[in-house]
Amino acid sequence: MGDMTAALSTAVELIVSLDPHLAEIVGLSLYVSLTAVIISTLIGVPLGAAVSMLRFPGRKSAIIALNALMGLPPVVVGLVVYLALSRSGPLGVFGLLYTPTAMIIAQIILVTPIIAALSRQVITDLWSEYDDQLTSLGSSHSRAIPTLIFDGRFSLLTAVLAGFGRATAEVGAVMMVGGNIDHVTRVMTTAIALEVSKGDLALALALGIILLSISLAIGAAAQIFKDRSELRNSS
Amino acid sequence: MRILASIALVASLMFGGVANASDFITVASTTSTANSGLFDDILPKFTAKTGIEVRVVAVGTGQAIRQAQNGDADVLFVHHRKSEEKFVKLGYGVKRYDVMMNDFIIIGPTADPAGVQSTPNVTEALAAIYKGKANFVSRGDDSGTHKRERGLWEEAKLDPRASGNWYREAGAGMGATLNMAQGMGAYALSDRGTWIAFKNKQGLTIVHEGSKHLANPYGVILVDEKRHPHVKTALGQKFIDWLVSKEGQTAIAAFKLKGEQLFFPTAH
Amino acid sequence: MTSILPLKLSNIWFRSREGIPLIKELSLELDAGTRTIIIGPNGAGKSLLLRLCHGLLRPTEGHIKWQNNTIAQHAQAMVFQRPVMLRRSARANIDYALSLHNVAKAERADIIEEVLQRTGMTRQADAPARVLSFGEQQRLAIARAWALKPQILFLDEPTASLDPSASHQIEELIQAIFDQGTKIVMTTHDLGQARRLADEVLFLHRGRLLEQAPAETFFETPHNDLAQAFVKGELLWWKRGEGPRRDPKHAR
Repeated sequence: MGDMTAALSTAVELIVSLDPHLAEIVGLSLYVSLTAVIISTLIGVPLGAAVSMLRFPGRKSAIIALNALMGLPPVVVGLVVYLALSRSGPLGVFGLLYTPTAMIIAQIILVTPIIAALSRQVITDLWSEYDDQLTSLGSSHSRAIPTLIFDGRFSLLTAVLAGFGRATAEVGAVMMVGGNIDHVTRVMTTAIALEVSKGDLALALALGIILLSISLAIGAAAQIFKDRSELRNSS
Repeated sequence: MRILASIALVASLMFGGVANASDFITVASTTSTANSGLFDDILPKFTAKTGIEVRVVAVGTGQAIRQAQNGDADVLFVHHRKSEEKFVKLGYGVKRYDVMMNDFIIIGPTADPAGVQSTPNVTEALAAIYKGKANFVSRGDDSGTHKRERGLWEEAKLDPRASGNWYREAGAGMGATLNMAQGMGAYALSDRGTWIAFKNKQGLTIVHEGSKHLANPYGVILVDEKRHPHVKTALGQKFIDWLVSKEGQTAIAAFKLKGEQLFFPTAH
Repeated sequence: MTSILPLKLSNIWFRSREGIPLIKELSLELDAGTRTIIIGPNGAGKSLLLRLCHGLLRPTEGHIKWQNNTIAQHAQAMVFQRPVMLRRSARANIDYALSLHNVAKAERADIIEEVLQRTGMTRQADAPARVLSFGEQQRLAIARAWALKPQILFLDEPTASLDPSASHQIEELIQAIFDQGTKIVMTTHDLGQARRLADEVLFLHRGRLLEQAPAETFFETPHNDLAQAFVKGELLWWKRGEGPRRDPKHAR
């Protein structure tokens, strides 16, 4: 219990004092995860919608693959990205290993299947409501995709948030490809892992509390935004 | 989405610059040096003098060597002499320099159920643990400390892996291993630097130290540009030269944690 | 524009995925210039028949042919019992339908203004379609269909969820669309509505077309005994001597 109270007071202290080192770590976490999630959204939502709406050979397998990829172990992704970006790997010439870019790449690989699989479900559900009407108006399946994405935007936001949660909570992959370098690639989760390995459990827990608070704040902001807009457009 | 995008944009403006800092080298090193706080203490001095930023990736010695072999680091800074010499011999490294040393210790529960504290040397200490089947947590991660620990069992002519489940291989870094030892009241081999810096010590203490066998020398090696042409040879060599210079050695000697000196210069 | 009518259905069968026949051996012809009302008890297959004609469903057997085998998708429109409005303004909903019909942007504004005015929706034009009342949404659905200037308009129980005054407004709009030369095909379970609107009546029962007749004939002297019972408001299964458990409502 001593650790718990110490963690809480440390967390409050760090936040109140606006610790610059902490701010840098939080900023980098947000930069990496938000960039990854935005790119994953741009890929995942149309991908999920296409798998939902278009009929092509191998579609069933694609759905199964998307669902399975949602559970990709981060360490495996980290390893694959590491091997690809390593100087001895195929993309080694770009020198991306141990940079925020490498972490973004790893998170995109982790997050895109989540957003795509959840988007597919959202679009499929919406299509069952819209099918007759849009077909009657003369829309093809492919033409319906942008309409469904636009009309499903609030439900899709939930899929994006799920992806964001995965990105910010993940440690194995970013540790491997980022290297947890102080001031360069140290993010919330790798900082927590580091403090645990130093035996400073109170500080680790404090960072964990801050990470949780940030996730909560972003989730709440998105929810409020969603509720307000839905109210305006009804549902 | 627009909100998220703008946050990301601001964040990228604030932090995008970090990745493009002018001159930097990447050093593959071990958790023992990083976690003790040594680098936090001495690297700013080097950077202040030369303007070269040092980026440390702290992993186990085994993994650090593999990273350097892959060309993912400019400088290797680890503590397992045999592997270091092999690294140079195979042509991955230019030359090994002695930098510093500290020593290994055996830590264990304060109650000392295996009676390690009364043993005269490390061989006897391990034998006591072996006989008592007292819990022992091994790094199990092919790190320098792990390699050394296996060597010590061999010297004692004991095979802990073959004799029951008191010998646990964590497959984790030094700190995580110490956390496990703390959690299960087990013995473990640790480097002194990590131990002193470690904060979660409740119920653990040093049960054996000071044997000659337990010296822990660190070496530093520049990755050979003949293998990996992109290696920042000039900058890396500058770093090594500084480490073994009088100034660098003084900085290492001056690093103290809780009033204790952790590393002893060995370059001269 | 060449006429896509008459529409000919010959020997149509439609089976559910489980293989249960829902439309049986149905043949008919729908001509231009009349209002055809499809009636029949629940579960008779009225909605299915509309969807087959409109092309939302494909028959398991048989052929559905427009005049000269025209591809008629853009010359038809349909209004559903519960309209699906996109999450955008009333005006944008109509604009969306016009864009699907490849109507040039420049022409759309005038068309939209006209149908909004005719349906009395001008005031709600910029409100999100989904916050409109049911009655308003149905008028918007009619406006959206009207904007497409269809040769044939299918309506599937368009007033089933509405109160009498809203129903009355819808009926007037249907009449106005018909007056502009659009063929009307509509299902209803409201016999009064059928009497008011029908030029021609189709009577469906258990997936079979039992009678197709001019409205006057049908309501005065229906040939089919089941149709007779239906017009009188008698419950159909009694005539067949089957228990009420077979009523689709109870079966659900």
